[in-house]
Amino acid sequence: MRDNNKRTRKNREMTIVMYFFTVVFLAMICYFFYYVQIKASTEINSSFNTRQQNLAKKVIRGNIYAADGTVLAEQAMNSNNEEVRYYPLKEVFAHAVGYDTHGCAGVEHAANIELLTSNSPVNEKLQKEMAGVRNYGDNIYTSFDVNLQKTAYEALGVYKGAIIVMDAKTGKLLAMVSKPDFDPNTVSENWAEISADKEKSPLVNRATQGLYPPGSTFKIVTLLEYLKEHSDNYADYKFNCKGSITFDDVTVECYHGSVHGSEDLKKSFANSCNSSFANIGMQLDLAKYAETCSNLLFNKELPTDLYYSKSSFTMESSADTEEIMHTAMGQGNTLMSPLHMAMITQAIANDGVMMKPYEILKKTNYLGTVIESYEPQKIKSIMTENEAKIEQEFMKEVVNTGTGKKLSKLSYTVAGKTGSAEFGTIKGQSHAWFTGYSNTDDPEMVVTVLVEGAGSGSDYAVPMAKRIFDAYYGE
Amino acid sequence: MLLFHATGCIVLSITSKSIEILTIGAFQEVMLIAVIVLYRIIYPECSRLLINNLCMLLAIGFVILARLDQSKAVKQFIIAAVSLAVTLPIPYIVMKLKELRRYTYVFGAAGLIAISAVMVSGAVTNGSKLSWQVAGITFQPSEFVKLLYVIFLAGMFTEEDEETGRIVLKPSMPRLVAGLAAAFAHIVVLVLSKDLGSALIFFIVCLFMLYASVKAPIVLAGGVVAGAAGSVIGYKLFSHVRVRVTAWLDPFKVIEGQGYQITQSLFAIGTGGWFGMGLNMGSPNKIPVVDRDFIFAAISEEFGCIFGICLIFICMSTFLMIINMAMSVKDPYYRLIALGFAAYYAFQIFLAIGGTIKFIPMTGVTLPLVSYGGSSVLSTLVMLSVVQGIYLIHETDGKAVTYELRGGYAG
Repeated sequence: MRDNNKRTRKNREMTIVMYFFTVVFLAMICYFFYYVQIKASTEINSSFNTRQQNLAKKVIRGNIYAADGTVLAEQAMNSNNEEVRYYPLKEVFAHAVGYDTHGCAGVEHAANIELLTSNSPVNEKLQKEMAGVRNYGDNIYTSFDVNLQKTAYEALGVYKGAIIVMDAKTGKLLAMVSKPDFDPNTVSENWAEISADKEKSPLVNRATQGLYPPGSTFKIVTLLEYLKEHSDNYADYKFNCKGSITFDDVTVECYHGSVHGSEDLKKSFANSCNSSFANIGMQLDLAKYAETCSNLLFNKELPTDLYYSKSSFTMESSADTEEIMHTAMGQGNTLMSPLHMAMITQAIANDGVMMKPYEILKKTNYLGTVIESYEPQKIKSIMTENEAKIEQEFMKEVVNTGTGKKLSKLSYTVAGKTGSAEFGTIKGQSHAWFTGYSNTDDPEMVVTVLVEGAGSGSDYAVPMAKRIFDAYYGE
Repeated sequence: MLLFHATGCIVLSITSKSIEILTIGAFQEVMLIAVIVLYRIIYPECSRLLINNLCMLLAIGFVILARLDQSKAVKQFIIAAVSLAVTLPIPYIVMKLKELRRYTYVFGAAGLIAISAVMVSGAVTNGSKLSWQVAGITFQPSEFVKLLYVIFLAGMFTEEDEETGRIVLKPSMPRLVAGLAAAFAHIVVLVLSKDLGSALIFFIVCLFMLYASVKAPIVLAGGVVAGAAGSVIGYKLFSHVRVRVTAWLDPFKVIEGQGYQITQSLFAIGTGGWFGMGLNMGSPNKIPVVDRDFIFAAISEEFGCIFGICLIFICMSTFLMIINMAMSVKDPYYRLIALGFAAYYAFQIFLAIGGTIKFIPMTGVTLPLVSYGGSSVLSTLVMLSVVQGIYLIHETDGKAVTYELRGGYAG
C-alpha cells in the first residue's frame, strides 16, 4: 500500500505531463472535427480552390430545379458540340440561380461542391470510374416558384431594383429578382463587358448585395425600440402633426408636406408620419436603440449561403439632434439590403422568430434518390411574441387606412409597411420600398420590394407587391 | 495494418497503371513483417504495441509517399529499411551500456557543436539553415541533436547521491543552472538558424524535464511566462515568424502570398471531407512541401478525415505508451530520458498536425515516421529503440524486484 503511494507520488509529474499532452491532442481533434464538419464547406467553395475543376473532370455537373421540377440549369451541347451550361429561363433566374464560371454565383455557387459530387449507386459509380467515364453529379432542388419568379421579374419591369418573396413560416425563398440583369447563358462570353459595366452593375444581386437607405420601412425598427422602452404605456402616446417638427433648429417635414393632425402611435405608423417618428426618436435611449438594431442583425453577418452585404446602423449615443431625427424616420446613415428587410418582416409575421433564409431544399442523385434534404432553421427570436403581435396590428393598419391602402379590400389580407427613401442631393428623388406579408391571420408569404429611384413606396412598390400577391392567390 | 498497406499499393498501381508500385509494396510488406517478427524473437519482453504503431505509421507514410512521388517513396523505403536494421541492436546496447550517464557532458557538447556548425556552414532551405549535404545525401543534424539533447538534460537534471551512490532527482543548484544554460544555448543557436519549430520543441522538452526533476509546479508557471516572452520577441525579431502568424490569423486575406500553403492544405482537407477523395483521386501535390510538413493534409484529402483522426489517435497512443513505459522505469535517469522523448514526440506531432489544420501557426515540423525525410525517420527510430531499451532494463530488473517484494510480503 505504502509502496503504491510512493510510486504514485513519484510519477505525479509524469501523470501531469501525460494529461497535458492528452488534452492537447484531444483539443486538436475537436478543432479538426469542427473544421471539417462546419467550416470546411464554406471555405472550399473559394474560387481559389482549384480542386473544383478536378471534380468536374470526374463528374458531370448536376442540374438545378425549381420546386415544381422545372429545369433551371443543366448541361447541354452547343452548336460546336461542346458541353455548356444551359439556363432555359435565361434572365429570369439570372441572380437566383447564378452562373458556374468566373467564381460562380447564386445557387451555382452555394451548391457548387454538391453539383460536382456524385452519389450514383456505388456499383455504377465504380464501373464508370474504372472505365474512365464521368459520373453524373447530384441534382439540386430549390424552393423557387417559377410562376412567382416570372411575375416578380415582370412586375419590376424596366426599373432597377430587387424583389424577394419568402415563405413566412420557414424562410424558404420563393422568388428573388434583381435588375438590371444578364443572360447567364452568355455571361462567360460577355464577361469583360458585363463585369465592367459600372453604371448598371448587372452582376450585383441587389436583393442581397444592394445596400439602400431603408426610409420609412425603418419605422418598423424605431417602433420596436419604442415598444421595448414603453411596454406598458405605448398606447398613451399622443402627437399632433402640423406637417413638420423642429428640435434645436433642425426641422423634419412629412412626406410631400402632408399634415396628419392628432395621432396615436398606431396612426403615426400607418400614416408614416415623419414628424411623429422624429419626435419618438428624440425620446429613445440611444444605447438601447443601437443594441436593438444589433440584435436585429445590423452590422452583423446574415445566415445565408448567398453573397450578401452587411446592413449598417452607425448611430452612437453621442449623436446630434439632426442625426437622431433622421435616423428614427429611416434616413440618416442607416443602410439595409432587401434580404435583411425581408428577414425582419418574416420574423414579425412569425411571432418574432427569425428563420434562416434558404433556397436549397434537397440534393438527389441523378436517379432522383434523395441524398440529403434541408430543413428550415430557426435563427433566433428577435422580439417577444407580444411585440411581434403589436407590429402585426400596426402593419395591418398601414394597409387598412394608411399608405398601403392599395392592398386592402382584396380576396386576401396583407399587412406591411411602405417606404420612400430619399437619396442623393436632389430633393424628391427616392427609392420605393414595400415590405409585408399576406394572410394576416396565419401569415403565408413575405414580399419585399425595392425600386431604385422610382418615387414613393405606395405608388411604385405597392403595386408590384400586389401583382405578386395576385399571382399567388390566383386573382 | 499490412492489409491497409497492401490495399493501398494495389489501388495505387491500378489507378496510376504502374506495376513498380506493387514491387516496392511487396518489399515494404516483407520489411514490416520482418521488423515485427525480429523484435518478437530478439526482444520477447519489449513493447509490441509500440512496434506495431511504429510499423503502422511507416506503412501510412509509404503509401501516401508512393502516391505523391514514387522516387521519394523508394528512397524513404531504403532509408527506413537501413534505419530499422541499424536500430535493431540499440535496445540491447542500451541494456548493456549502463554507464551512459557518464558521458553527459560529451552529449551536450557534441549536440551544441553540431547545430552550431550547421548554423555556420549549412545549406539554406526555405529561409532556414538546417542541413548539410554530404555526398548527395542531405543530412539534418538537429534531428539527431534532439536525442543527444534529451539524454544530456536527463544527465544534468539528475545527480549521484554522495552517500548512497544512487542516482537521484533534484540536483544541486549549480548543476541545474549549468544544465539550463546549456539548454538555453541550444535554443539560441536554433533560433539563430531560424529553425524555430525545433527551438520551440527544445524549449518545451526542457521545461517538462525540469519540472519532472525538481517537481515544483512553479517551473511550469515560469515556463509559460518565458515561453510567452520568447514568442513576443520572436514575433518582433523575425519577419518569417510574423508571416506565419498573419497567414494563420486570416489566410484568405493573403491567399496569393503567405496564405497560399495553408489554404491549399485546408482546401485539401475540406474537399476530401470525412471519407476522402480516394487514393490518387485528389490533388495533394498542389500543396507546397506536401511530402514533409503537410503530409497530414494529403492523408486527410485522400483517405478522409476519419482516417486523419485515427492517425492522430495512433500518434497519441504511441505517446501514451512511451509515457507509460517511462513511468514503469525505476531509475530516475532513464525515466527522465523516456519522459523527454515522450514530450519531444508529442509536441512535434502537435506542431506538425496543428499547423496543417490551422489549429496553430505553421512551424515547419515534420510528422515523425510518416513524413518524407531520412534524418527524421532515422532519429525517430533511434529514439523509439532507446525507449525500448530503457523499458527492457526495467523489465529484466523488475522481475527480480517483484520476486523480492513477494518474498517480503510472505515473510
